[in-house]
Amino acid sequence: MKSSNKFKFVGKRQIAVFAASALLPLSSIAASQPPADPDTEQAQRGAYLARAGNCMGCHTTRGGKPYAGGRVLKTPFGEFVSPNITPDNETGIGRWGEEDFWQALHYGKGRDGSYLYPVFPYTEYTKVTRQDADAIFAYLRSLSPIAQSNPPHKISAPYDNQFLLFLWRTWYFKEGVYEPDGSQSDEWNRGNYLVQGLGHCNACHTPRNVWGASQDDKLAGGEIMGTYWYAPSLISPREAGMGEWSVDEIAKLLSTGVTDHAVTSGPMATIVRQSLQYLSKEDMRAMAVYLQSLGEKRGEEAPKKTSPMPERVSKYLALGKPVYEKHCQECHGKSGEGVPGIYPPLAGNRNVTMTSSHNTIRSVLYGGFPPVTAGNPRPYGMPPFQHIIRDNEIAWVVSYIRNTWGNLGSLVSPEEVDASRGNEF
Amino acid sequence: MKFIIFILLWIASGLANAQELAPSRISDTLEQRVKPCTICHGDEDRAGRDAYYPRIAGKPAGYLFNQLRNFRDGRRYYQAMAILLENLSDEYLLEIAHYFSSLKYPYPEPAAIALSPEETQAVETLIHSGDPDRDIPACSACHGQALTGTKPFIPSLLGLPHAYLAAQFGGWRNGGVMRGQTPDCMSEIAKKMTQEEVNALAMWLPTQPVTGEPAEAEKLAPELAQRCHTILSGEGFTQ
Ligand code: HEC
Ligand code: HEC
Ligand code: HEC
Ligand code: HEC
Ligand code: HEC
Repeated sequence: MKSSNKFKFVGKRQIAVFAASALLPLSSIAASQPPADPDTEQAQRGAYLARAGNCMGCHTTRGGKPYAGGRVLKTPFGEFVSPNITPDNETGIGRWGEEDFWQALHYGKGRDGSYLYPVFPYTEYTKVTRQDADAIFAYLRSLSPIAQSNPPHKISAPYDNQFLLFLWRTWYFKEGVYEPDGSQSDEWNRGNYLVQGLGHCNACHTPRNVWGASQDDKLAGGEIMGTYWYAPSLISPREAGMGEWSVDEIAKLLSTGVTDHAVTSGPMATIVRQSLQYLSKEDMRAMAVYLQSLGEKRGEEAPKKTSPMPERVSKYLALGKPVYEKHCQECHGKSGEGVPGIYPPLAGNRNVTMTSSHNTIRSVLYGGFPPVTAGNPRPYGMPPFQHIIRDNEIAWVVSYIRNTWGNLGSLVSPEEVDASRGNEF
Repeated sequence: MKFIIFILLWIASGLANAQELAPSRISDTLEQRVKPCTICHGDEDRAGRDAYYPRIAGKPAGYLFNQLRNFRDGRRYYQAMAILLENLSDEYLLEIAHYFSSLKYPYPEPAAIALSPEETQAVETLIHSGDPDRDIPACSACHGQALTGTKPFIPSLLGLPHAYLAAQFGGWRNGGVMRGQTPDCMSEIAKKMTQEEVNALAMWLPTQPVTGEPAEAEKLAPELAQRCHTILSGEGFTQ
C-alpha cells in the first residue's frame, strides 16, 4: 500500500519533469548536468574549500536549507538576496558547467553574461586557482538539488544599472589568480592565498569608499557596510594587527574564537563558527604566519607624555565607575583583568581602546557569546544591557573602561550609543 | 560642541599595558555560563508579574530546546535572544534547555481575579472541554490536567505574565515573524479562538496557583500527538 503510493508519486513527478523538459529549448537540456558523486576526492576537497570560503554562510538563510540561498544582505545600495547554488535545474545551478562556474567565481559574471554584484565577493575569489574552483563546483554539484526560488534583489536606483556596474568593475575590479611571491616561504604564500582569496577577509577588513569599493588591497580596517560593526585593521598594532602575537596564539583565536587575552564577537564570531574552525592545522598555521607578517610592530615608541586629565573629564569618567562596579566587575574583574579564556580582559584590550567605539558599544548593548567551536564547546556569555541600563549610563561606562587601568580612548556620548544600534536581526 | 572640545582635549596617545592575569575566580558551571539569560529570566521576578519576560525554569526540556532553536533559526522572533544564540550549537542549546528545565524557581503569587463569573465560566469550559464545534480540543488534553505541561514538548500554561500570554496569541493569530512562522497544532488552535476568548484566557491563567508536576508523555492521546507531530518529533532532542 505504502510502496504503491510512493510509486504513484514518483510517476507523477517524472511525467511532470518530462512535460516541463519538452517545453525547454534544446540547448538547456543539453547543458543540464548529471549529478556528481560526493565521495570523489575532488568533491571532498571542494567541500573543505567551500568551508574556507564560507559559501554556506551567505547562501543559506537562518535555519534554512544549506546552499539554497535566500539570505538577505543589507547594504547602503539596497538589499541583495543570495541565490540558490544547489544543483537544482530550475532554481539553482543545475544547468551550469565548470566554465560557467569559473566565469562567476573568477570574473563575477552570471551564466547569462550579466555582471554580478560585488556583494558576492568575487573581487577576492578571483584569486582562487582554477583547480580549486573546479573542486568547489564538483562539491556543489554533489549536493542534493533543492527547489527553492528566492525573491529578487531590492537595489536602489541608480545602482541597479548594469552599465554602472560595468564602470565600477573597470575601476575597482582586478581579475587574476594569486601569484606566489618567490621571496617568501610556501607557508606564507599559502596563508596569503587563503586570506586574500577564499577567506575574503578583505570583504570586511578594508576601508570602503562611497561606491562600496575597498580602497586598496590592504587590511587596514573598515566599517562593515550596512551594519554598525567595525572590522579592525589587521595591520595596525593599535587595532587588531598581530605583528607582536605568536603564530600559535593567532591560530588559537581564529580556530577556537577565544584566547586568554582576546575574543571574537559579532560577525567575526560567526566567521569563526561557520568557516575558520574547520581549517586544517596546516592551513590555519599558514594563515597565522601570513597575518603575523602583515602586522606592524609597535616598536620603540617613545612613551608619550599624557597631559593631566581636565577636571570635567575626570568628573565624566567618575560617573562610569559605579556602573562598572555594579554591572561589569563580577566578570571583567576589579582592574579589568578578565578571566583567561572565559571573560576577556578590558584593561589593555585594543577592541576597547581603538578609535572606533562601535564594537564596544555594541557589546554592551547586545552582549553575546563567543562562537561554539570544537576548541570552546561551552562558551560563557555576556548579558545585553540595552534594557537594563539607560543610554547615558552605557556612555559613562564605555567612556570609563576606555580610560581606566591605563587605557586611553576618546569619550563616548549617549548620542553615539544610540547611533550604534544595529539592524541585522 | 563643548562636549566635543573636551573629548578632543582628552585624545591622548600611547597604549595601555597588559595587566597580569588573576587566577580564575569563576565557577565551571552552566549557571555561570548562562548569566546572560538570567538577567531576564532570573528568579528575582524583576519587574513584577506584569513584566514581559516569561519564566523558563522548570519547563519541559524538549519545549525549551525547540524554542531556543526557533529563536536562533528565525522561526520565532525576539532580537535580544536572536543575537545571543546566533553562534551556539544544537548540542549546547540542548544542555542549556536541560539546565533550565531542572531549575525550581518559586512561582509568583497568583494574580487577583478580575473577570466576571460568566467570563470565568466560559474560560474554564474552554480549558477543560474545548469546543468540538470549532475543533478546539480542551487545553488540558494537551497541557495536562493541572495545566502544568506534558513532558517533554508541551509547556505549562501557569506562572506566565499576562502581557506575555496576550503577545503569544497575537503572534500565532497574526502569523508574521513573532511566532509560528510554520503552522503547528498550537497556532491552528489559536487561530480558531475569538479575541474575547484570548483576552479572557490571558487574564485568567495568571490567577491560577501553580501546583503539581508536568504530566507524563503517555498521557497524551494519540490523535492529539499526531496533530502536534511537527513539534513532538523534536529532532535532535535527547533526555
Ligand atoms: C558575502 C556573501 C557571499 C559569500 C561569502 C558567497 N556568496 Fe555567492 N553570491 C552572493 C550574492 C549576494 C550573489 C548574487 C550576486 C548577484 O546577483 O549579482 C552571489 C552569487 C553567486 C553565484 C552566481 C549564482 C547565480 O545564480 O547567478 C555563484 C555561483 C556563487 N555565488 C557561488 C559562491 C561560492 C562558490 C561561494 C564560496 C566560495 C560564495 N558564492 C560565497 C553572496 C555571497
Ligand atoms: C563578515 C565580516 C568579516 C569577515 C569576512 C572577516 N572579519 Fe575579522 N572581524 C570582523 C569584525 C566585525 C571584527 C570585530 C569584532 C571582534 O573583535 O571580534 C573582526 C575582528 C577580527 C580580528 C580581531 C579579533 C580580536 O578580538 O582581537 C581578527 C584577528 C580578524 N577579524 C581576522 C579575520 C581574518 C583572518 C579574516 C579572513 C579569514 C576575517 N577576519 C574575516 C568582521 C569580519
Ligand atoms: C556575566 C559576565 C559578564 C558581565 C556581567 C559583563 N560582561 Fe562584558 N563580556 C563577557 C563575555 C563572555 C564577553 C565576550 C562576548 C563575545 O564574545 O561576544 C564580553 C565582552 C565584552 C566586551 C568586548 C571585548 C572584546 O574584546 O571584544 C566589552 C567591551 C565588554 N564585555 C564590556 C562590558 C561592560 C562595560 C559590562 C558592564 C556594563 C560587561 N561587559 C558586563 C562577560 C560579561
Ligand atoms: C533581554 C532579555 C532576555 C534575555 C537576555 C534572554 N531572554 Fe529569553 N526571552 C525573553 C523574552 C522577552 C521572551 C519572549 C519572547 C516572545 O515574545 O516570544 C523570551 C523567551 C524565551 C524562551 C521561550 C519561553 C516560552 O515559554 O516559550 C526561552 C526558552 C528563552 N527565552 C531562553 C533564553 C535563554 C536560554 C537565554 C540566554 C541564552 C535568554 N532566553 C536570554 C527575554 C530575554
Ligand atoms: C493539540 C494539543 C494542544 C492543545 C489542545 C492546546 N495546546 Fe497550547 N501548546 C501545544 C504545544 C505543542 C505547544 C508548544 C508550541 C511550541 O513548541 O512552539 C503549546 C504552547 C502553548 C502556549 C505557549 C506557552 C509558552 O510558555 O510560551 C500557550 C500560552 C498555549 N499553548 C495555550 C493553550 C491554550 C489556552 C489552549 C486551549 C485553548 C491550548 N494551548 C491548547 C499544544 C496544544
